[in-house]
Amino acid sequence: MKLTLGPVLFYWSRSHLLQFYADMIEQPLQTIYLGETVCSKRRALSLDDWLGLARELRQQREVEVVLSGLALVEAASELSALKRLCDNGELMVEANDMGAVQLLAERQQPFVAGPALNLYNAHSLRELQQCGMQRWVPPVECSGRLLQDCLQQLDDLQVPRPEVELFAYGHMPLAYSARCFTARAENRPKDDCQFCCQNFAEGLLMESQEGEPLFTLNGIQTMSAKVCDLLPDYPALQAGGVDRLRLSPRAEDMALVIARYAAVCGGAQPPASSEGCNGYWYGQPGMINVQEVSS
Amino acid sequence: MKLVCPAGSLPALKAAVNEGADAIYVGFRDDTNARHFNGLNLDDRQLDEALQLIRQRGRQLYIAVNTYAQPQGWERWQRAVDRAADLGVDALIAADPGVLAYATQQHPDLNLHLSVQGSATNAQALAFYQQRYNIRRAVLPRVLSLAQVRQVAQSSSVPLEVFAFGSLCIMAEGRCHLSSYVTGESPNLCGVCSPAKAVRWQQEEDGLSSRLGGVLIDRYRRDEPAGYPTLCKGRFVVDGQRYHALEEPTSLNTLDLLPELQRIGVCAVKIEGRQRSPAYVQQVTRVWRQALDNLHAGRDGSEQAGTWQQALARLSEGSQTTLGAYHRSWQ
Repeated sequence: MKLTLGPVLFYWSRSHLLQFYADMIEQPLQTIYLGETVCSKRRALSLDDWLGLARELRQQREVEVVLSGLALVEAASELSALKRLCDNGELMVEANDMGAVQLLAERQQPFVAGPALNLYNAHSLRELQQCGMQRWVPPVECSGRLLQDCLQQLDDLQVPRPEVELFAYGHMPLAYSARCFTARAENRPKDDCQFCCQNFAEGLLMESQEGEPLFTLNGIQTMSAKVCDLLPDYPALQAGGVDRLRLSPRAEDMALVIARYAAVCGGAQPPASSEGCNGYWYGQPGMINVQEVSS
Repeated sequence: MKLVCPAGSLPALKAAVNEGADAIYVGFRDDTNARHFNGLNLDDRQLDEALQLIRQRGRQLYIAVNTYAQPQGWERWQRAVDRAADLGVDALIAADPGVLAYATQQHPDLNLHLSVQGSATNAQALAFYQQRYNIRRAVLPRVLSLAQVRQVAQSSSVPLEVFAFGSLCIMAEGRCHLSSYVTGESPNLCGVCSPAKAVRWQQEEDGLSSRLGGVLIDRYRRDEPAGYPTLCKGRFVVDGQRYHALEEPTSLNTLDLLPELQRIGVCAVKIEGRQRSPAYVQQVTRVWRQALDNLHAGRDGSEQAGTWQQALARLSEGSQTTLGAYHRSWQ
C-alpha cells in the first residue's frame, strides 16, 4: 500500500510548516496533501506559497502533491479562495465540500473526494465519479464492512472502483462548526481570535470531568482526543480494498510514525495492538481500541 | 414565508395542522430518516390518515428520507423514496447524492428539498444539488451568520429554508461524528445523535451524573436542572477550567430575526423537534403562526413579542434561547 501524508490540520506557523515539509520530503511517502482545510483565517501560507512549496517538493523527489480545500465554506471570500484553488492549473485538488465538487466538475478537473464529504454508498460514489472523482477518502466513521460493501456494490453496478485512501493515523476530524472553540476556551470572540490556535501545535485537549481525554479542540474543528492508529489492522485493510493509508500530521515524531507504517508496508509484521484507537474500522465507537477491549 | 413544523406522531401532526402550520414534515419508521427513535414517526396507516387531513385543510406534507444510505439495505432508501412518491407528498427531503439521483431518475415530478443533513452552506454547493437533482429548496445548516445567509440567498437561485426554533445543533449538520465516536451510532448512518440506549443517569454522592457510552457528560448539583446528555452540550474540562466547552444547553430562537429573514427572501422557516410531544408542537406552532401572520400583515408585533418570547422560553432547553450562529458574536 502507498503512504500518504494528509493536510496539516493544526495551525502551525510558516516556519514550522516549512521545516515540517523539509523533513517530510525525506520520508517514504508517495503523496503529500498541502493546504488549509479548517479555518480560512489561517494564512501562514498563501495559495502561491503552497504552490511554490509543491514545486520545491517535487523538484526534490518524485512525489504526488495534492491541494486540499476548506471543509466548511461559508463566506463569499472563502468561496472565491476555493475557486482560485480549483483554478490552480497544476495540482489535483481534494474536495472537502460539495461546493468544491461543483467547481471542479465545471472545470472538468479530476479530484480527490476528502473525508469531509458524505459518501457512504456506491450510488453516491458513482454520482461523484461522474463529476471527476478519482480517489475516495471515506468518512472517518466508515467501517471496514461498510467500505467492503461499497466496493462490492460498485462492482455489482459495474462501476469502476475509485482508488481508496483510508484515514489510518492521527487525530480524527469529527465535526465542523461556525464557532471557534479555541477562541471560546481563551475567552475571545472569533472575530478577534488573535490566531490563538497557533499556540496549540496539536490542538487543545478537552477532557471529561473525570479526566478522560475526549476531544481535541482545533479552531472550528472538533477532533478525537485519541489518535487513530490502524497499523495492527494492516492485513485487513489490504484485503479490504484500501490502496493508500493517510497519515495525518502530528506535531511530534511523524518520521517515526511513517517509519513504522513503511516497515509494515514493506513486509514487516504489524504490531499486535493499536497504539491509539481503531473502533470505527470495526463498526464500533470510534474512540475504543478493539484489541484492548477484547483482551 | 411558510411555516414548516415537525411531527413525530399523528397527534403532533394534527396539532401542527390545527395551529396553522403551512407544511408538516415527518419520517418513515426506520433508519431512512434522521430522527430514528423508538416509538417515533408514522406507519403507513397513520401516513394515509395524515395525508387525508392535510389535503382537507389545504396544507402540505413533506417526508424526510435524509440519512445516508448504506449498501446493505439500499432497497430501504429506494422503497422510502418510492413510497413518498406514491403517497403524492408535497416534498421529499433528502441529503444523500445516491438517494437524490434515484429520486430524480425514478420520479422526475417529485419535488425535492435538500435536507439540512446535506450540509450545503454556499452557493456552489447548492448549485451542485440544483443542477444534478433539480432541488427546489434547501434547508441551511445552523452555522451561517445572518450576513452569510443573505449572501447565499443573493448568489443562489435555490429557495432557502432556515431553522427558526428548537434544539441548537452547533456543528454543521451532516458533518458531525461526535455521536458515533462515543456510541458507535451517528446521525448520518443511523439517524440518531446521542442515542437513548447509550445514556446512563446515576445518582452519586455529590449529585446526579449523566453519561453517554460510559463518558461522563455532566454532573449536576441537587438544585440544578439536568439536560439530556448530548456531547456538544456537556460540561468538560479544558486547560483546567470546567465549563460548557462547546455549547450551553439552550435552544435556537430567531423570532427577533423574522423581519430580516423576510427581507433576505428566505422562503420558509423550520421548527425543529420531531422528537417532541404534541403539546410542544402545538404551543410552538401557535406562537410562530401568530408571529408570521403579524409580519405578513405588516404589523410590528412589538406588543405581543414579550408574550411570544415568554412562551418560547418555557419550551426551550434550560429555559434559555440564543440566536446561535445567525448572530456573529455567538461564533
